[in-house]
Amino acid sequence: MATSRPGPDAGGIDAPTSDADGYGTPRRFWRALDRHRPPGVDAADRSWRSPLRGPWLTAVYGTALLVTLPLVIVTGLLDYAAYGPRFDQAFPSDVGWLRLPTFDWPTRPSWLFRVTQGLHVTLGIVLIPVVLGKLWSVIPKLFNWPPARSLAQVLERLTLLLLVGGILFQIATGLLNIQYAYLFGFDFYTAHYFGAWIFTGAFVAHVVVKLPRLITALRSRPLGAELRTPRAATRPEPPDPDDLVAARPGPATVSRRGAVGLVGGGALLLAALTVGQSLDGPLRRTALLLPRGRQPGPGPNGFPVNRTIAAAGVRPEQTGPDWRLILRGGDRTVTLDRPGLLAMAQHTAALPISCVEGWSTRQTWTGVRLRDLAALAGVADPAAARVSSLERAGLFRTAMLAPNQVLDPDSLLALRVNGVDLSPDHGYPARVIVPALPGVHCTKWVAEIDFQGRADG
Amino acid sequence: MGDPTSRLRAGYGAGSRHLIVVTAAIVLAGWVALRLAGEATAGRMLLWFLGAVIAHDLVLFPLYATADRVLRALVRHRAGNRVALLNHLRVPALASALLLLVFAPGILRLGETTHLAATGQDQHPYLARWLQLTAALFVLSALTYALRALARRRQSSGKRSERA
Ligand code: HEM
Repeated sequence: MATSRPGPDAGGIDAPTSDADGYGTPRRFWRALDRHRPPGVDAADRSWRSPLRGPWLTAVYGTALLVTLPLVIVTGLLDYAAYGPRFDQAFPSDVGWLRLPTFDWPTRPSWLFRVTQGLHVTLGIVLIPVVLGKLWSVIPKLFNWPPARSLAQVLERLTLLLLVGGILFQIATGLLNIQYAYLFGFDFYTAHYFGAWIFTGAFVAHVVVKLPRLITALRSRPLGAELRTPRAATRPEPPDPDDLVAARPGPATVSRRGAVGLVGGGALLLAALTVGQSLDGPLRRTALLLPRGRQPGPGPNGFPVNRTIAAAGVRPEQTGPDWRLILRGGDRTVTLDRPGLLAMAQHTAALPISCVEGWSTRQTWTGVRLRDLAALAGVADPAAARVSSLERAGLFRTAMLAPNQVLDPDSLLALRVNGVDLSPDHGYPARVIVPALPGVHCTKWVAEIDFQGRADG
Repeated sequence: MGDPTSRLRAGYGAGSRHLIVVTAAIVLAGWVALRLAGEATAGRMLLWFLGAVIAHDLVLFPLYATADRVLRALVRHRAGNRVALLNHLRVPALASALLLLVFAPGILRLGETTHLAATGQDQHPYLARWLQLTAALFVLSALTYALRALARRRQSSGKRSERA
């Protein structure tokens, strides 16, 4: 019977523990709860047969997550910073004190956002098998009786709900977002951003509580020896205070090496099918099951589009010979047509366009430097620039650029890409391209740029 | 029993560090929940949050555990040093299921219009590609199984002829 197995005892200094029997106050209540075993819990307890479950395997999966999840969290929060919360254009806009300190998103290195957001999405996907493996390794605890022996265990179970719910929620919303299936019917930003904080809090608590156990568990079986043990020699771990080891384990059908390899192999498989969306050249096609593994067509404009001209509701006649670019600088207004822009000094830069959805591609853009346009508008030292698109609606109809983003020598109002005119889907007649700026803020079909001076900023 | 630390341990059931971090996580989540409570879609978010746990613990896990039990019953696993046919079926099946789980939106063509608006492309190729990947995984696994079985047979017949 499970009750005869050791209760939580002094495993880690801060693990839930009180007296030798593990009950907190009121002891009578917790003991009674333990004694009143609902029908089925003993059968459930006996039905866990895998001889692999145990502190060591859980600790191995846990270590992989402990090392990588902070990267996912930090790169996610950097994504929020990259939107420019200073200009109230990061979503959700009202987050109180729940954000990184505000700073101006740099323009250098130009691949900065490509790397941070690429890491966020790629790692987020690659970790899915590890999360599933970790959950598999601890799932018997969900059905344990008693569910708690003290208030400490009740609160810890609550944080576990936040932890598991949090990570599954982040994975589900993230995966649906990058595949454009907004089944959830709520705002992605709000949910994913606040979900991240709930998860992060629970993650920190979980790590602080479990770290001592993790270390003892890892030390209990040397990794090298474990990875050399074949299936035939695989034995269950000794009974543990956390009840992870099965009461009646069956024979091993996989070695621990196999279990670690299975999760690692799953992670590698997902990595192989994901990294392509951040690579250029023939390897791009390896992202076989993701929208951004496909090139929309041949030729210089044949790289991935985000939001087609049709979806943006921009009509062809708006981008024809009658199109004008309006530059504003205080009271001054300058109007330019496309030949006028082409007559200005042209600059060419190879810059990545990196989408918040994790994919990116480097192309060679040609156009007029934004700082030249600022000077033309009479604001050579702008405090900000508001770029507006021909689009009528949409979250990214306008975008604010910070001074460093206007003044970078590679920041362009691009007219051409890879030696030809921009295609309609890539923003013809003119689009913004700024180093390290999230793609959604590289406004397409630009209609107007308002350079704001220091005084009226 | 007198000092506060052991009283906390006896009453609460853990040390002060435990109490602090666990409470902080719950307070943070509560604060976020209060902030979100005003949103029109707050109920849906909660539903998805709890639903994700239920979907994993009470649907996905029982599903794959049962599938594995069925598979084990079908392929009687022989203990000892024989090549495990079971695992040569488990691995490609799990890999294929993982791909379906992660890339379901494309494979099942959920979100056709938003996909088209964003990329200018439809979702047609994904199902066929997933099926091809699945087939490739099973074929690869079958080939390695055959190779390993062959190697083992050679080994054992070699031993036999040595003994003869
Ligand atoms: C532990 C898990 C995760 C955490 C803590 C996390 C955290 C974050 C945070 C804080 C943001 C910024 C949100 C904003 O700007 O409002 C973000 C953005 C994003 N995350 Fe995650 N994330 C996680 C997992 C994932 C996964 C698994 C994926 C997808 C496969 C994903 C995809 C995205 C995407 C696409 C964005 C960009 C949204 C946008 O700006 O349009 N995330 N993440």
